This record gives sequence, structure tokens and C-alpha cells, in this order.
Amino acid sequence: MLDLTYDAPKPKVISGATGDWELVIGLEVHAQVATAAKLFSGASTQFGAEPNSNVAFVDAGMPGMLPVINEGCVAQAVRTGLGLKAEINLWSAFDRKNYFYPDLPQGYQISQLYHPIVGEGEVLVELGNGTARLVRIERIHLEQDAGKSIHDMDPAMSFVDLNRTGVALMEIVSRPDIRGPEEAAAYVGKLRQIMRYLGTCDGNMQNGNLRADVNVSVCRPGDYEKYQATQDFGHLGTRCEIKNMNSMRFIQMAIEYEARRQIALLEDGKSVTQETRLYDPDKNETRSMRSKEEAHDYRYFPDPDLLPLEIEQAWVDDIAASLPELPDAKKARFIADFGLSDYDASVLTAESENAAYFETVADGRDGKLAANWVINELFGRLKKEGHDITQSPVSPAQLGGIIALISSGDISGKIAKDLFEIVYTEGGDPAKIVEDRGMKQVTDTGAIEAAVDAVIAENPAQVEKAKQNPKLAGWFVGQVMKATGGKANPAAVNALVLQKLGL
Amino acid sequence: MSDLTKLKIAEARDALRKGDLTSVELTQACLSAIDAADALNAFVHKTPEIALDQARAADARRGADAPALNGIPLGIKDLFCTKGVPSQAASGILKGFRPEYESTVSANLFADGAVMLGKLNMDEFAMGSSNETSVYGDAVNPWKIDDRMLTPGGSSGGSAAAVAADLCLGATGTDTGGSIRQPAAFTGITGIKPTYGRCSRWGIVAFASSLDQAGPMTKDVRDAAIMLQSMCSHDVKDSTSAALPVPDFEAALTGDIKGKTIGIPKEYRMDGMPQEIEKLWADGTAMLKDAGAKIVDISLPHTKYALPAYYVIAPAEASSNLARYDGVRFGHRAKLAQGDGITEMYEKTRAEGFGPEVQRRVMVGTYVLSAGFYDAYYNRARRVRALIKRDFDLAFEAGVDAILTPATPSSAFGLGEMAEADPIQMYLNDVFTVTVNLAGLPGIAVPAGLGANGLPLGLQLIGRPWEEGDLLNIAYSLERAAGFVAKPSKWW
Repeated sequence: MLDLTYDAPKPKVISGATGDWELVIGLEVHAQVATAAKLFSGASTQFGAEPNSNVAFVDAGMPGMLPVINEGCVAQAVRTGLGLKAEINLWSAFDRKNYFYPDLPQGYQISQLYHPIVGEGEVLVELGNGTARLVRIERIHLEQDAGKSIHDMDPAMSFVDLNRTGVALMEIVSRPDIRGPEEAAAYVGKLRQIMRYLGTCDGNMQNGNLRADVNVSVCRPGDYEKYQATQDFGHLGTRCEIKNMNSMRFIQMAIEYEARRQIALLEDGKSVTQETRLYDPDKNETRSMRSKEEAHDYRYFPDPDLLPLEIEQAWVDDIAASLPELPDAKKARFIADFGLSDYDASVLTAESENAAYFETVADGRDGKLAANWVINELFGRLKKEGHDITQSPVSPAQLGGIIALISSGDISGKIAKDLFEIVYTEGGDPAKIVEDRGMKQVTDTGAIEAAVDAVIAENPAQVEKAKQNPKLAGWFVGQVMKATGGKANPAAVNALVLQKLGL
Repeated sequence: MSDLTKLKIAEARDALRKGDLTSVELTQACLSAIDAADALNAFVHKTPEIALDQARAADARRGADAPALNGIPLGIKDLFCTKGVPSQAASGILKGFRPEYESTVSANLFADGAVMLGKLNMDEFAMGSSNETSVYGDAVNPWKIDDRMLTPGGSSGGSAAAVAADLCLGATGTDTGGSIRQPAAFTGITGIKPTYGRCSRWGIVAFASSLDQAGPMTKDVRDAAIMLQSMCSHDVKDSTSAALPVPDFEAALTGDIKGKTIGIPKEYRMDGMPQEIEKLWADGTAMLKDAGAKIVDISLPHTKYALPAYYVIAPAEASSNLARYDGVRFGHRAKLAQGDGITEMYEKTRAEGFGPEVQRRVMVGTYVLSAGFYDAYYNRARRVRALIKRDFDLAFEAGVDAILTPATPSSAFGLGEMAEADPIQMYLNDVFTVTVNLAGLPGIAVPAGLGANGLPLGLQLIGRPWEEGDLLNIAYSLERAAGFVAKPSKWW
């Protein structure tokens, strides 16, 4: 399917006082499952509802209430696993992770520690210039989200909103295969892209629907290769986990800061303490949240309220059969079928809606021309208005119509831009607009010839100059275009000007 | 009037159908009996208005088509959440809690026309074997020796006392390690714990989720069959509820057990077992043999590990299930001092709200699940549990239909008698019953005789999974042969 080849990028290297250091990064990405109801209750997952309005009795940890698995969430996890080329475990089980916090009403989070629903997979993370990192996925498990504690509304009290409590999350755990801040952000971006294609997570980082815990360590050049050869973590440095990042930019800044902090410690003869840290974007620094010694003992054990989750291969096969074409395959196909550049194909496949729009525009037309128009004109115009493709006033059929008029020679590229603006602001059928407003390109050689003759006759001095300096032919072309209101076919004008000037 | 309360469910049902009796009359008789029995401390919350409303509604629909329990007054163990009615699991931490929902089991009973008289005493969170850990104080056994007040057993002590004292016609119980069967045996009544998954756990305050099952506590086996029938259902709100049809249990009571094979497990013959328990067991065996059953000696070799395994698994689950009682959303919250934070709120609330036995089990459970001990305790206990289940599977595969054991190692003991004892002495009460919960099997306690001290003694029958009908029929045969009719003399 994917016949593109990439080279592995170089790891990020930071030069310290005692030599070079490399970064080793692994991520735990928490993706909110796109479903209407929570993982174990029928309560809604709608964002922005009144506090504590999307709460079933079981979400509030009421006595005697029991969780019941939502099949839709399971299907979404399987779908995500298949999208990451991962192994699907037909038998998985839920465990309780026990800790006390007011936004965790049951006193435990239901998760999958021992038997996750999705096993090993992989993600190709492209980094430009023909490089890409293949990141191994260790596992994906389903778990409940916690609620929200609000501490800054009252000096003496804290408030709790349980709307988010029990919402399904997929925790996607990577191997420590990521070697720099940009790679980490690109990896999250790629996961986001794939899940948006699959419709399993909306990827909205601002709302917290996609967030990441980032594990960072540093090592000397050569150590990582030893780890790769042996899978022995002893070759790597002590890691710190930076919790709950929900911005690509902050992920990069936090990794950069954390790596430098660790290097400074090590070069100072101190050691890195394994701990959980928080990133403060205002100060651009990470701070210790709790050390390994203070780490919670979560007392995981199998949740006795739930039976093991057993799914059938036929059901998995049905989901597999319903998967859309995924970004890597689509991009490869766009390059192969439409002759697009790697860059253009990447831009067009970033969002499946963009890709679908482009394909409709390009259908039966010049793919490269279609790509230029979609990326430069349409995306440029939409971006100016702060709109995305789903809000485009120009339909793919309309843009396709404009491109068809260019290809047939009915309008020039310049007229096409005017036409695009008319269609964007006023709407309408491009062919009819061209007809009604007389925008059609003049290809009648007689008419063009007359215009060329007139310009030559009116500018004898320029003619003499042009004969000395053939580059001035362009000036005549411009005058003819002006005289014809831009409707003359520029190629025909050019040919006639050269001929008449005897160049 | 007071004689009405002595009716069994089947008798009352027939009288109500025939019109010889109204549910209002019957209910009023029970309410009067309850009011006169405060000394037993069986009912901790009385619901006369609800009861009379339900009784009137039952009378309005009486007749041949009336539902199975139409107009039958019952007591409900405080562990069941009953809508709008205090449901505290006999714990201080749930002070003032009135659920906005009705447990599936109680809803099933009410849908079948049953009348709720009130909520019944129990050990706090069902943790105990003597009903001495209740925030409401001890429930008292209607049986007594001279002036010694006795335990009705636990945790369903209030249910047992209420049924034995004819305060209600039947009661719900729950059984995690013997909490239906032990109190039934201590009070001379019948109690069955069905197969795990028969009764929905939805709306029952959880103690140990993988072991908890609801069941009826009644005056005889027929009543147990009738009431169990109504309590069981497949409930999609409980993932561990079995998607199986509920057979007609009463119809299974033919009394014919010819050709049935009854296993006698040698491991239940404990060292130091009182002579009268030995004799009761031997007599029960002989009765079943006389009724045409084949008696075989069997071995359940892992029995001796059951009690330790149970006292790892049950507290482990409880420590997690009880984490929700944190003072944040409902129930008791401690008064906080200036500067106290969330940790102090948790600590003070739970220290004040939970009694010592619950605290002990939460601590044991937290310990056995903690890092470094999980494998040694919890995982090992789970493996033991699997072996215990396998012991039973092998016995049933070899053709055993039911297993006969004593229900308890002794008759009811005195209230306060164990106060100074090692908690393990109390846990030994469950020695014959916990295996059944660990294996998820149905078990029934049937009164089979009186001890030398004049107190009732019970035998336990353990059945094949999902074969409650067969189990009830064997119990019915045993009941008929034993002819246990003794009643406590009224002193309260």
C-alpha cells in the first residue's frame, strides 16, 4: 500500500559542557473516545454542559451502582487499534486503579492494566525532507476519565464537576522511540490525524480531548543503540514524566526544558530522580509533582463488577472492513495518481475532509492544477477568514468548474482568480458567470491580431527598442492583455507579438 | 390478629387469593408485631405508610391473576437501596442517605406485589457474623437460653430475627461468606444463597462484589422457593447477572429425591467439632438416605484454605468498594478544624463513619492489594479460589447432585461473648459457608434439630450451579424428614 520510503531522522542532540547528549522520549496519549455516552454509563459526553448535569448515579459513585460497558466505546478502541496496525486482543479485562480524590467519586478509576484491548502497533511519523520515524505502540487500553476539580472559585472551598467523570479515554502508550521535541509533537499530530480519519477522537486539544504524558530521559550518543539491541532500559537515563500536556507547542517546550534540566543535573555530578513533573508554560519550566517514593500505590486489581471483555474476530473483521483509507495510504495514492509533490500530498491529506474536497475537485481534471487551487487559493482564502474546509462557501463542484474553464482555455489564470473571488463572495455557477460577464478568454486569432497590430502601430519607439532588446516583448504582451481586458489567451498573444516584431 | 403473622408466605398467598384475608389485615398484624418487638432491634427503619399503601394496592388487584407475592409483607435488609427510604447498610457513614433508586431485587419483589414493612438490621456493610457491628446496635435472637441474650447471627441478623419472631413473612438477606445461611441456622429458619449471578446486585450496597448475592430468608423451603423466584432476574444493569431463564422453583418441590446422589465431604469434619453438630450431620445424612438418595463420601481437598482465601479476597474488594464513602457527596462528613484539607476530611470522616470491624477489613484489604504484597496475598488467594471451585466441579462431574454439611460450627452464641476474642474466632463462624461463595454455588441452610441447649441447629446443602430448583427440592425433602417445627417462646 505504502510505497514511500523514508530515512530515519537524526536524534536531537544537545551539547553539554561534558559532551553531547541525546533525548529519549515515550508518550502516553490520552484520547477521549468519540461517543455519545460514557464508558460505563448512559450519561452524555457532550462538552460544555452545565456542571454536574451529565452524571449518572454510577458516575457519582452512588452506593450499589454498577458499571456496564458501552459497546460503542469498545468498537472505537478496536477501530483505533486497527488504524494503528495493532494487534487486537479478543480477551481483555478491566482493573481498578485505587486512589482518593474528590473528582474520582468511586475512589477508583476503571482501567486496563493487566490485559489491554489493543496490543502492539506502529505509527509512521513524517518529519519532512524525506525523513520519518517509525514509532512502536506498546498498547492501547480503555479507561475512565476523572472529573474536574476547581480550586480557584472560592478561597475556602473547592468545587467538583463530574460531567467528565467516566468519559471513555483511550490511553495510547508508545515505546521510547521518539528522539526529539519536534518528533514528539509530530507523533501526537499523527495520532490525532489518524484518529480524526477514523472518527474515534475529535483531537480537540484545547478542550482536553487529547492530552499527553511525556516521559523524557537523556543519554550519551551510542547508548540508545545499545538499548535497541538489547531492549534493556539500563542503557538509558532515568526518566521523568511530564503530566497532562494539551498543546503541541508546550509539549516541545517542556521536553526541551526537561532535557536541559536533566543534563545540567548530570553534568553537575548529580543524578536524575524518577518522578512526575508538571510543566508551567508561564515560566517555561517543569516542577516536581511527586517523587517515586511519594507515588501513589494504586492497588490495581481486577474489577469484580465487570466480566472480562470478550469480543469476536468476526466483529473485529467487520470493523476492519469499515475503516476508511488512512492518511499514509491516501497520501501515497495522491502522489501516485495525481502526480502531487510530497508536500502538497501531505497538506491535502492532513484532514480527511480536505482530502475528500480535493478528490472531488480533481476528479477527471488536472490533479496538480486542482492541488494548486485548493491549497493556494481556497485554503489561503479560508485561512484569512478563519474558516475550515467544512465552512467553505465554494463547493468542490464550483472550484472544479473554475479549473475546467482554465483547462479548456476558456479563461486565463488571472481571470480565474477574479472568477474565484466572485464565486467565493457571491456564489453561482462559474461557467454561467464567465458567459454572463463576458469573461471568456479571446482565442480568436483575428481579434488578438488586430489588438497586437494596434499596439505596435501606436508605439513605434517601443518597437525599435524591442528589436534591440527582445525582453521588451513582454511589455507588448501586457499592453495587448490590457487592451483586451485580460481576456486574450496569453499564449496566443505572446506568439503573435513575437511574430509581428520579427523576434 | 397476631396469629396472622405466623402464616407462611404460601399459606398467606392462598388465603389472600381466596379472599379469606386482606393484605391490609395481614400488614397491620405485622406492623403491630414489629412495634411490640423493639427489644429484638430487628427493624431499624419502619415504613408503615408505604406498607399500608402497598397492601391497599395489593387488595385492589387480588384474585387468581394477582402476582406471586401479592400482598405479602416482607422485611428488607438495610443493605438494599430502597427509593426514598433510609438505606444505610447499618453504617454511620451513610447517615441520612435516602437513595433515589430502588434495587433490582426489591423492585422485583414489589413488582410481584410484595409489601415492605421496613428496613432490617445487619452487621455494618454486611461485615460480621453476629449483628454486633451495626450502627443501630445489636439485633437480638428471639431464641434465648434463660436470661442470656443471643446473637441472631450475621450479617443478616435483623432479617433472621424478624422472620423467626414472626414479625414478617419473609425477608431479604445477602450472603457474601454465609450471611444468609449462618443467621438462618442460628434462628431456626430457612435461607438460600442462589448461584452467583442469579440475583442482580444492582442497588445493593457492595461489600465484596465477586461474592455478594441476595437471597430470601423464610419460614420454610417452599416460601424460600416462592420468594427466590421473584427476586431472581437477568438484569442488564449488572454485568455479572446471568442471562438465563428463571425456572419455576416452587414446581420443583416434589419431595422426591430418589436416585439423587448426596456427597458428604470429609474435610468438613473439623477438629473439635461439637458432638451435637456431628450427630445432626449424621442424622441429616440418614434422612436423605431414607428418602432414597445415594450417599457418597467425597473429598474437597482445598477446603482448609477457603477461610484464609476468603479473608483476603473479601476485604480486598471491600477496601475498594468502600472508597466511595469519603464525605464528599452523601452520608456523613466530619466537622473539620481550621486548616484541615481534603486528606483530613477523608481521614476524619472515615474514622468517624466506619466502625472498628469495617476499618479492620478496609485496612486488611488495602494491605493485601498493596505493591509488594499483591502476589503473595491477593493473587495467591485467587488461585486458591480457583482450586476450591475445581474441587466442587470435580465432585459434581463425578455425579454428586448436592453436598450436605453442617451450616455452622455451633448454635447461636451470646451477644458480647466474642467481644474480647481474637477477630479470627468470629471469622471461624463462616468455615462451612465461605467455600460456597468462593465457588459461586447455591447453598441453603435448613433447620434440622435442636441442640442440647434447646437452640436450633441447621444443615447446609450445596447445589450445582444454576440448579436451585433441584437444591430446593432436596432441602424440602430434608425439611420434611427433619420435621423441625420449634418456635422461640415469645419473651419480647
